[in-house]
Amino acid sequence: MSGTLSLNLRIWRQVGPDGQGAYGSYRLEQISRDLSLLEALDVLNEQLIGAGERPVTFEHDCREGICGSCGFLVNGQAHGPQRATTVCQLYLRQFKDGDTLVLDPWRAKAFPLIQDLAVDRASLDSLIGAGGYCSVNTGNAPEANGTLIGKEQAASAFDTATCIGCGACVASCRNASASLFVAAKLAHLAQLPQGQPERSHRARAMQAEMEQQGFGSCSNNLECEAVCPKQISADWISWMHREGRRHPA
Amino acid sequence: MSPRSAGLPDPRIPAGPIAEAWRRTRDGLPLISPLRKRQLQVLVVGSGLAGASAAATLAEQGYRVKLVTFHDSPRRAHSVAAQGGINAAKNYANDGDSIERLFADTLKGGDFRAREAGCHRLAEISGGIIDQCVAQGVPFAREYGGTLANRNFGGSLVSRTFYARGQTGQQLLYGAYQALMRQVAAGQVELLTRRDMLELVTVDGVARGIVCRHLLTGALETHTAHAVLLASGGYSNVYYLSTNALKSNASGIWAAHRQGALFANPCFTQIHPTCIPSGDAFQSKLTLMSESLRNDGRVWLPAKRDDPRAAAAIPEAERDYFLERQYPAYGNMVPRDVASRRARELCNGGQGVGPGGRSVYLDFNDAIADHGRATIAARYGNLFEMYERITGDDPMAGPMRIYPAPHYTMGGLWVDYHLMSSIPGLFVLGEANFSEHGANRLGASALMQGLADGYFIAPATVTAWLAGHPTPEIAPDHPACREAEARAHGRLQALLAAGGSQPVDGFHRELGHLMIEYCGISRCAEGLQTGLKQVAHLEARFHQEVRVPGEATGPNGELEKALRVADFFSLAQLMLRDALAREESCGAHFREEHQTPEGEALRDDGSFAHIAAWQYQPGSGEPTQPAPAAEPVRYSEPLEFTLMQPSTRNYR
Repeated sequence: MSGTLSLNLRIWRQVGPDGQGAYGSYRLEQISRDLSLLEALDVLNEQLIGAGERPVTFEHDCREGICGSCGFLVNGQAHGPQRATTVCQLYLRQFKDGDTLVLDPWRAKAFPLIQDLAVDRASLDSLIGAGGYCSVNTGNAPEANGTLIGKEQAASAFDTATCIGCGACVASCRNASASLFVAAKLAHLAQLPQGQPERSHRARAMQAEMEQQGFGSCSNNLECEAVCPKQISADWISWMHREGRRHPA
Repeated sequence: MSPRSAGLPDPRIPAGPIAEAWRRTRDGLPLISPLRKRQLQVLVVGSGLAGASAAATLAEQGYRVKLVTFHDSPRRAHSVAAQGGINAAKNYANDGDSIERLFADTLKGGDFRAREAGCHRLAEISGGIIDQCVAQGVPFAREYGGTLANRNFGGSLVSRTFYARGQTGQQLLYGAYQALMRQVAAGQVELLTRRDMLELVTVDGVARGIVCRHLLTGALETHTAHAVLLASGGYSNVYYLSTNALKSNASGIWAAHRQGALFANPCFTQIHPTCIPSGDAFQSKLTLMSESLRNDGRVWLPAKRDDPRAAAAIPEAERDYFLERQYPAYGNMVPRDVASRRARELCNGGQGVGPGGRSVYLDFNDAIADHGRATIAARYGNLFEMYERITGDDPMAGPMRIYPAPHYTMGGLWVDYHLMSSIPGLFVLGEANFSEHGANRLGASALMQGLADGYFIAPATVTAWLAGHPTPEIAPDHPACREAEARAHGRLQALLAAGGSQPVDGFHRELGHLMIEYCGISRCAEGLQTGLKQVAHLEARFHQEVRVPGEATGPNGELEKALRVADFFSLAQLMLRDALAREESCGAHFREEHQTPEGEALRDDGSFAHIAAWQYQPGSGEPTQPAPAAEPVRYSEPLEFTLMQPSTRNYR
């Protein structure tokens, strides 16, 4: 369905991590409903540059929902109102003519603000570095079909491995917990035979690192599951807590 | 066969039989003691499949590694978006596959414009890649019995493609990324995120480091090393709209080219037939829809020109199922380049549908009638959802609209058999090099090549090079570093000082229009000449009329774009020149003057069975002084075929 609409945008503007931020108000007139929200920001930025103003900084790259770069709050919801959708795949036809959209950056202690809608999510890489891998060096791998893994077991491991590291789960959590992110990686590897040798160490190390990086704890609000663009189930968080008891420090 | 041009380095193709040549080569390469490795610094640019796998492997071997990436995290690299799968000659399907067959398919698929020895090595290594990825915990699809599943892909006669649903690239990348993060945590790899490589540092003609811009502070940094590995991906974004991520740039390879690294076969670019077409002028990308859709979808257009009716209102008799009509044997499954070319011809002739008449229908109506809705939903449900999310239309209710889009670049920096460029000490991996795909890449072969380069080939050949060149690391205040920083600084300042009023994107969009028109699916001498003139003109306008707001310090997305687009202007002109010089049709390169009476590609093995490698001429297309352009020099490296003789593709 084509056609155009006009939108009011209230966007968080903040030059740097230490400065004061404030909302900026903008209006986009008669733009195509077939644009994505990020493309609407591209339009806005061309207008701002033309007017000699600083364009809005936001993270993005693949624009097909797989790289995990993009992400901000749209009217308080991480990645906006559409289920299982990153903000780059959110199209304007989801909105009505004259709607006001308030755009905020992810807000979490472990995600320091960079500028406007962009935050630093390097803490997620540190979580992976703490144990989110199998310790096998290149070159000494056994024959791939030497270990049999059931079709459904492999599919379930895959489901947890699809996390794109966007940080929406953290941004939507009132404790800014990375529990869903950590649980997904632990579950991916714990469901496979390759992940067994380091299973206990991994569970302990990644959860300790989560605390170290300033993420909060889980209090079962399950917002994380609701906003996850890859629909990873929060059941894995309960599983992770059992995993912690199975493998005490 | 013409001899190798004087001035082109020895490609170091191993002597003797091609089978097992890699094993013989590797076994003969010199080694380095573990103690010595700890003193050697290796710099890797790019964190996709090739870069992450190389950095992790070299770190495991004991080198000190620095990994430089444009992204905020190595996991964002565009390898993450690869959908289909990865080929390997395991013959798990017991359908007659072998190393020899994968080799033959790769060489033939590339239309005999790649080196035999390289293609054979790739096939030999392919099985070990799967072993490595499985050991890392990559959750490939499995059969009920627990063995790895394979599927048929890209018109191959055997099932050799390993996959993880439609997200194979993502899962392979995360495997390499996790191996990399393990080395980062162990202190073996220094991870330098949010850096844009702007210059290569060379001392006495040897690569010794890079200059990059820190994307948050804007500071220019110099990183020195004993060897530099570029794994920064391809250049499809020259076309503006492509399936690539928006930040995929050619800045690293172009900086190396400016310092003397030869650029091979720049005109070999792959246009993928099944992508979601463009609509609004502000559309920022073309999303790939998996090729597997052509298994069940029928491609058609209204038989009548400029037919205003909706798809459903056009009766069967007034539809042109043009691929089935033109290729009764292969029908909708003809190779990518053929499908793309035919779609473009008919759209140019006025039969196209959608905005600007720039798309064709891909219809599942008959498949739904034959197999039932549930079966089709099970096969393509996630793709249909993706299509509906982007376009707002449900492919179950009416046909999809698709159009070809630039997807992959076979061309890239010239490398020898050791993956070393014409600059000693500079290695190039993955899509950034020109290596094994010839004039056309087969589906599911990009992931294979990236990981072969990163996990297996480069670690061996980089070690051999370092063993033979025991030079001390240069200091960051070495005059060569200062010069490189000055070059980078000059380019930044020139862009910021351009006193124009137009944003960068508008120029990039215009460049894309010119390139897709004159150097896209179909090319001719007149169009290429016109393209050269118009791109040069647009480049001159860009440098005068662009407005880059803000400063060199702090985050500046517009400056990043301007640097990227400035490089694309120079690269675009090299692509046009290369397409003009290659007076034949081969693989994805179709020259209208060179076709059979039936309209198929006509290769000229007598004159063009060679790799074209271009040498940059200082003064030609200088970023700050765009005109007049000095001609780059074209070298040729002849291709010898011993195991297979060139044959002609025929899909009629």
